[in-house]
Amino acid sequence: MKCLRKSLFMSLMLLSFAISATGSDTGVFVDQKGILKIAGGTAHIPVMKEAAKIIMTENPDIRITIAGGGSGVGIKQVGEGLIDIGNAGRKATEKEVASYNLHMVKWAIDGVGVVVNPKNSVTSLTTGQLQDIFSGKTINWKELGGEDREINLYDRDAASGTRAVFWKKALKKAEVSKKANVVVSNGAMKTAIAGDPYGIGYVSVGHFDMTVAPIALDGVVPNLETVKNGTYWVARGLYSLTKGEPTGLGKLFLDFLLSPTGQQIATDKGFISVQ
Amino acid sequence: MSFRHRLPVHIFRIAAFGSGFLTIAVFLMMLYLGWPLLSSGQFFVILTQEWRPGEGVYGIFPMLVGSFSMALLALCISLPLSLGTAFVATTLATRLMKSVVLAMVRFMAGIPTIIYGFVAVFLLVPFMREQLTGGSGLNILTASLVLAILIAPTMIVFFVSGLQNVESSYCLAVDALGGRPVQKLLYLQLPQAWPTIVAGIIMGLGRAMGDTLISLMVAGNSVDVPEAVTDSGRTLTAHIALVIAADFASMEFRTIFACGLVLYLFTVVVVAVLRILSAKMVREVR
Repeated sequence: MKCLRKSLFMSLMLLSFAISATGSDTGVFVDQKGILKIAGGTAHIPVMKEAAKIIMTENPDIRITIAGGGSGVGIKQVGEGLIDIGNAGRKATEKEVASYNLHMVKWAIDGVGVVVNPKNSVTSLTTGQLQDIFSGKTINWKELGGEDREINLYDRDAASGTRAVFWKKALKKAEVSKKANVVVSNGAMKTAIAGDPYGIGYVSVGHFDMTVAPIALDGVVPNLETVKNGTYWVARGLYSLTKGEPTGLGKLFLDFLLSPTGQQIATDKGFISVQ
Repeated sequence: MSFRHRLPVHIFRIAAFGSGFLTIAVFLMMLYLGWPLLSSGQFFVILTQEWRPGEGVYGIFPMLVGSFSMALLALCISLPLSLGTAFVATTLATRLMKSVVLAMVRFMAGIPTIIYGFVAVFLLVPFMREQLTGGSGLNILTASLVLAILIAPTMIVFFVSGLQNVESSYCLAVDALGGRPVQKLLYLQLPQAWPTIVAGIIMGLGRAMGDTLISLMVAGNSVDVPEAVTDSGRTLTAHIALVIAADFASMEFRTIFACGLVLYLFTVVVVAVLRILSAKMVREVR
């Protein structure tokens, strides 16, 4: 009994803390109920999770489910009506917008940075060197001032929004070697690079942590500041899409992402706010 | 019979027909979705081409090579291990040891695939990278080793049941003639259980071909045609998992139906062979 009372007290404390921390931006969710299904880009997930946690803690009648799958999946599933909000790390193509009648909201900006294992002594590359590495021309770290070991390439699947912006803006649409290993998400890329001392890959700046080391591209280190002031150019918008104009819970959720609280979450998770 | 008595019969019948129909429905669905490829003759073209989406070439030949090489290599590694385990579990060990081995095998069969994948990524892959294959450690050999462990329980269970189900009068006769356990195993049980052993091998091969997670996690998934077992490779199943996110209308997306059809047809062939063998086995026993 004592234990129960204690946990009840704790959860009340947490609840009041959450309310006081978020202020009035979640007020619109009062008296709302229902299920909101979200899926798509894996870069979006940390922000989606945090936003969902805040909303659901205050409004137990609202259930928000969040799934990954990648930008392609997000666009396709929302277009097919399987989910309410689809996330994409790239703009939906004109064809996709037209055929599914999609409505796009851009709520943050994200940089995509090249990463290597922290044990790797290479910390900086030029665009030309990067192109040579990913096309398979440069095959040994020795040629770049590193150890005498083969370079292991890690790439993302073709539907990835992270890959789309990396390929367009960092590789300048240069060819990627067919020998590159392919992983399925930002998280999987980080795990792969963290486990492979001779690997090179790329992840969303929001996913940077101690397990991977960012590489300066043409002398510019990818981080929040350089993405924000535009000196680091491998960046993209983070989008959430609905089928048609957003309505009901979906609209409230998107409005919440654009509110000061929502934008603060995006900033906390390593993205750049748009408001 | 009263309705109350017939009700379960009807329910079971509906369940049986339903599951049977579903299997056929899946095939018809695959055929319908893959029809544009089949009718235009592209199906056979993409089976032989490489995967170069940048140039508009969407062949699945590298994935065919990947799938078959990984499944066959896994079988080659797993077969001796499984056969040996089955020998120990049926004949060569003491009674206590036998039950321990069998319990372990059944436990192995129950471990979810993702656990094997996890352990492989954090233990086997670094080991392969540093000690054996070099490169990233994500390659066909690594995946085959994990697949070999994955399919072993299936095969062992088959082998054990085959070796144990030999007519007891034959066994008694061998015992009466003074045959040692090893002689009994090699000259009586093994030939008698041969059809079941072949069935187990085919089941194992089918499981190795059908597995998605292991190859997706540890085979590397590169789209180049693998030239050695130390090369990174992609299986048909992993290819489906990777491309399913692509645009619906794109050619990339359509190729996954080709992959699906190949896998489906492979399964049909495996099951057909299995049925023929087991029918033959029943005839021989009679």
